[in-house]
Amino acid sequence: MTTQTPSAPSANVPDAAGRFGPYGGSYVPETLHAALAQVEAEYRRSQADPAFAQKFNALLHDYVGRETPLYFAPRLTELAKGAKIYLKREDLAHTGAHKINNALGQALLCLRMGKRRLIAETGAGQHGVATATAAAVFGLECDVFMGTEDMRRQRPNVLRMGMLGTRVVPVESGSRTLKDATNAAMRDWMETSNHTHYIIGSVVGPHPFPMMVRDFQSVIGRETRQQCLAILGRLPDAIVACVGGGSNAAGMFYPFVQDTSVKLVGVEAGGRGMAEGDHAASITLGKPGVLHGSLSYVLQDPDGQTANVHSISAGLDYPGVGPEHAYWHDTQRVSYTSVTDDQALDAFEAVTRREGIIPALESSHAVAHGLALAASLPKEKVVVINLSGRGDKDLDETARLLAARAGKK
Amino acid sequence: MNRIDSIFADLRRRGAKALMPYLTVGDPDLATTRQLLPAIEKAGAAVCELGLPFSDPIADGPVIQASMNYALERGLRVRQILDAVSQDRPKLKMGLVAMGSYTLVHKVGPAQFVRDAKAAGIDGLIIPDLPLEESSALRDLAGAQGLIFSMLIAPTTPIERAEKIAKASSGFVYLLSRGGITGERTALPPDLGQRVQRLRQVTDLPITVGFGVSTAEQVGQVVGVADAAIVGSAIMRRVAEFREKGSPALVAEVGRFVGELASGLTGVPGVKV
Repeated sequence: MTTQTPSAPSANVPDAAGRFGPYGGSYVPETLHAALAQVEAEYRRSQADPAFAQKFNALLHDYVGRETPLYFAPRLTELAKGAKIYLKREDLAHTGAHKINNALGQALLCLRMGKRRLIAETGAGQHGVATATAAAVFGLECDVFMGTEDMRRQRPNVLRMGMLGTRVVPVESGSRTLKDATNAAMRDWMETSNHTHYIIGSVVGPHPFPMMVRDFQSVIGRETRQQCLAILGRLPDAIVACVGGGSNAAGMFYPFVQDTSVKLVGVEAGGRGMAEGDHAASITLGKPGVLHGSLSYVLQDPDGQTANVHSISAGLDYPGVGPEHAYWHDTQRVSYTSVTDDQALDAFEAVTRREGIIPALESSHAVAHGLALAASLPKEKVVVINLSGRGDKDLDETARLLAARAGKK
Repeated sequence: MNRIDSIFADLRRRGAKALMPYLTVGDPDLATTRQLLPAIEKAGAAVCELGLPFSDPIADGPVIQASMNYALERGLRVRQILDAVSQDRPKLKMGLVAMGSYTLVHKVGPAQFVRDAKAAGIDGLIIPDLPLEESSALRDLAGAQGLIFSMLIAPTTPIERAEKIAKASSGFVYLLSRGGITGERTALPPDLGQRVQRLRQVTDLPITVGFGVSTAEQVGQVVGVADAAIVGSAIMRRVAEFREKGSPALVAEVGRFVGELASGLTGVPGVKV
């Protein structure tokens, strides 16, 4: 363990231009400027309006089922033979992942702006389902853009969205995954922003999205903080969360940014290996660049073209990452690492068999590193792992992957 | 004087208007793009927008997106584009404006990008995803090298902001005929003339209009009020249709189509000098 205290970056970010240090900003065509300015103005008004907070918190409590438990995982702790492991159970949130927090917050914003249609991009389908759910509960039209490769591997979520009354728009361009779905959603919004709100599902995109999504997700970290104080009488020693775009991690980490005694670790998708195209570890292996409207770490080829990425987890299969993560990385407040497809599958089996909890493949990445970190720490330490979603959506794909792996062995 | 400025000054003196075709560089291959440049010049292009392919161009519709992917899948590199332009520049009279996503600029660094563009003989830059607020460093660098820097104005841009964008632009302003992404449309929006007139009151720069302009008739309507018409998707759709028919047929077809578009420049009622 390092004895060096990490430098504490400001929690008072982004600035008025949407900058987290050098990262973030708003790199979008002029066509979107007015729509983004409207969203930001409405968001700031809503934050100053106690009625908005009241409505949002009531939904989180009564509809989402918050707060989600902070669960001591005895048999994972036994497996790691080190620090105590706690799981923040975002998998128990309505619709099965943390994504619903942000979807409801932004849907309320959509209503305030008097717009009648929601659009979203989705990779794993969790954000798509969350947005479809928000559309159903508020009576809004909804279109969700999804790459056809992701539609194949996350079929249950495609069916759920359809049943909720949402049109799933298949995206055939590029790698047919989350990046391409995001392109398609942005293009739709450029045509339709007068009556449509685009709910970006992660802490990515142009300002004000990275800030707004982080704020709506920060309920995860605030609850965790209070739960730790109530259960342990102190803050945890380390918190681990998976990072694709990085919304569950941002929501978990943000309320702990000033608590420098708490080690924060973001876990990216290491895929099959370190070569370009075999992973989705944007911070670990990427360089600063612009993708989808903000400056952050991006996986690119030497010319600046977006690289192909790979992960078994559709939700982490993204060549960029939220700008605040880039800022936390550079200020060394959060350390970023990656775990491979295989390590994530091992962790998936461990949580399933030892705790009776079937995690999402995304969250399994956090568990994989959380187990290793706990193993390196003494028994009196506490590691919190954000179990960002449940694995029902992955059952077919995980069964296929586990069978293929068993065949190889 | 920058070549783009000279071209528009000369057009104004003559009371004439300009056609600005867009080509995705490298679709179907670099050699064909290099044959297309003299062909469209001969057919009446005053300025060519050279589209630098990017894997994730968020402002572009399906035709240009597919065209960029086609070029990139065949391994096109930015260096090859600049080398080709530098060889062909001496043979061309028309203006050459590079249009590309900001991440390509960021990758090599704005100063290096501008130096490379200048060295290749490019006359100006359009970076559609670099809005006013983020643009000052790059436009200062471009200005120092004598390159024009044109920025986009959308239908949703309030006139006060349009004035700021025009002040920050050089060469010409790029007025989007409508919201949304690039692509052909059957009709131009009815308020286009009014928007051009309002913009004239806050800028003396030439006003070019793009997005959705796809026929000679629409070119005529655009230059009835504005200084130039930009046509992209309609040209690149023809490039895609002729990819398999070989370069000579493709070049002939695009030349013919640009000539047809250019016929819209003359005999337009209500041309203002």
